[in-house]
Amino acid sequence: MAELLQILISGLSSGAIYALAAVGFTLLWQASQTINFAQGEFVMLPAFFVLAGMTLFGLPLWAAILTAFVLSIVILGAMFKKLVVEPMLPHGTMPLVIATIALGLLMKESVKEFYSAQGQPFPSLFPQHVMDFFGASVSVQDLCNLAVAFAAIIALQLFLQRTRTGRAMQATAQDPRVAEILGVDVKRMVMYTFLINGALAAIASILISPVYLAKFSNGETLGMIAFIAAIVGGFNQIRGALVGGLLIGVLDNLAAVYISAEYRTAIPLILLIVIIMVRPQGIMGTSEGRTV
Amino acid sequence: MTAFRILFLITFSVALLLAPIGQSNYIIYILCSWLIFSISAMGLNLTLGYAGQISLAQAAFMGIGAYVTALLTMAGVHWLVAVFCSISATFLIGLALGYPALRVQHHFLAFVTLAFNALVFLVLRNEEWLTGGSLGLVGIPRPVFGPFDTMKQLPFYYFTVVCFLVTAGAMAWMLRSPWGRAFKALRENPIRANSLGLNTTRMTLLAFAIGSSMAGLAGALQAPLVQFIEPGSFTLILSLKILLMVIVGGSGYFFGPILGAALVVLLPEMLRFTDGYYLIIYALLVLVVMIFSPQGLLGLGRKLLIAMKPRKERGDLKQGAQL
Repeated sequence: MAELLQILISGLSSGAIYALAAVGFTLLWQASQTINFAQGEFVMLPAFFVLAGMTLFGLPLWAAILTAFVLSIVILGAMFKKLVVEPMLPHGTMPLVIATIALGLLMKESVKEFYSAQGQPFPSLFPQHVMDFFGASVSVQDLCNLAVAFAAIIALQLFLQRTRTGRAMQATAQDPRVAEILGVDVKRMVMYTFLINGALAAIASILISPVYLAKFSNGETLGMIAFIAAIVGGFNQIRGALVGGLLIGVLDNLAAVYISAEYRTAIPLILLIVIIMVRPQGIMGTSEGRTV
Repeated sequence: MTAFRILFLITFSVALLLAPIGQSNYIIYILCSWLIFSISAMGLNLTLGYAGQISLAQAAFMGIGAYVTALLTMAGVHWLVAVFCSISATFLIGLALGYPALRVQHHFLAFVTLAFNALVFLVLRNEEWLTGGSLGLVGIPRPVFGPFDTMKQLPFYYFTVVCFLVTAGAMAWMLRSPWGRAFKALRENPIRANSLGLNTTRMTLLAFAIGSSMAGLAGALQAPLVQFIEPGSFTLILSLKILLMVIVGGSGYFFGPILGAALVVLLPEMLRFTDGYYLIIYALLVLVVMIFSPQGLLGLGRKLLIAMKPRKERGDLKQGAQL
């Protein structure tokens, strides 16, 4: 029982971080039909902004994190939108998919060439010690990660539902044309979505890198998991991405202990295929109107 | 077929036959590799350029084809039988994989194939009793056809050329058959194709399965070429590379994937002097091509051609096509 509790908590903790990436992924899809194949690299990169700030410019940790946060919003949000997405949107999804694949490769290889090919230790924000919790040993870091990730998602949800801008963003996601007629500045709302995605990626990156070292190839698995979480939960729902992320985090940890370490990574993939066959709109999703 | 096209085809075939003469074994190996990836990319072009579906499992299908052929030929079965098994296996797996995915929504095939590629890698790596695990299979024999032994590099090249020309011919024939016309109708206007009585789901599934079986054939050629296969050669990265071949060359054009494969296979050789920066330059090139010409290089060529000699388009036909 204690072991199960332990697995559940560490699963939820990594799951909440996956959910951050998955939520960003879903937001981009809703706002601009962008399937971002570079999402994993978006989560990999901000950690290197922090490391570069600390080692190259001698910034203290908090300042480096702040800089990385701003850089992520500017580069992964605004510049990605302006330079890559905008010129390609009129040509449909396909070229954009290829472009994001190329962008992911570019980011990964650049980090490998210009920073390091080795995994870099990343300073932890939270104390490392382990607590006793009903007989289960739970690391404080896991609990803090869980709390921060949840706080970010709740804040986002409140922003989207309680503020005028947030509701305008939702309107844009549902139907850009009608939103425009009703006086919403659609372009700006789409831009906000990209900025939010940049911010979410930065948070996820800073939370996950102390656990798994910062490495150029981190994006491969992270991107895949964010992707699967978004689809499993429901591609058109933020809470779907949250549920998907948590579910995959827990399943992944359960599979590693109870099934086999070799096929651990297969569990989310099988889950994905099963969900697509049985409930294609995702666990929380509502089915989209089908365009013939 | 215009005279220009016939002339081009003849020049292309002659160039294929003359290309390896006097070259080192390594260059011939690169040429073989280009032809094999062209076959695989032509298959993906059928799925992507004609039926409009993204498949990210082309490498996995190549892997399945390569392992089936490798295991059978190493057990003493002739290559001709083995390649038949490879093609049938990948065709059937394509059907089984595509059916549930295409039943629901259009972009779902991309997700399912992405997961499938990762799964195939895991199975190839973990089932050591069959696939040799991460060490792979070594010493795959090259086929012998009576007096014609392909053990040397040059005969193997000509063997690959024959396979390539047969596949390209079959593909061209298929594109002119009712099936091919149905695929094109799907690409141009799926709603209209549907209203004309085409079963769009079935045709898309068929295009995907045939495209996958061409990857199976490419794998069946790859195994005897390299004579060593391992799970690491068939990961998602390779699928993405094949996708890039199709898109950068020009999806929906017959010669697009062949040009794309040439670029993707030969570019590393040309950019060798840049050392580790090769992939960075490569990714930048792809981004630039996508931003300036989403139809790929052949699309760009056509655009330039049209820009140079403005032709009067019949407006009524264009309008009709959109109905």
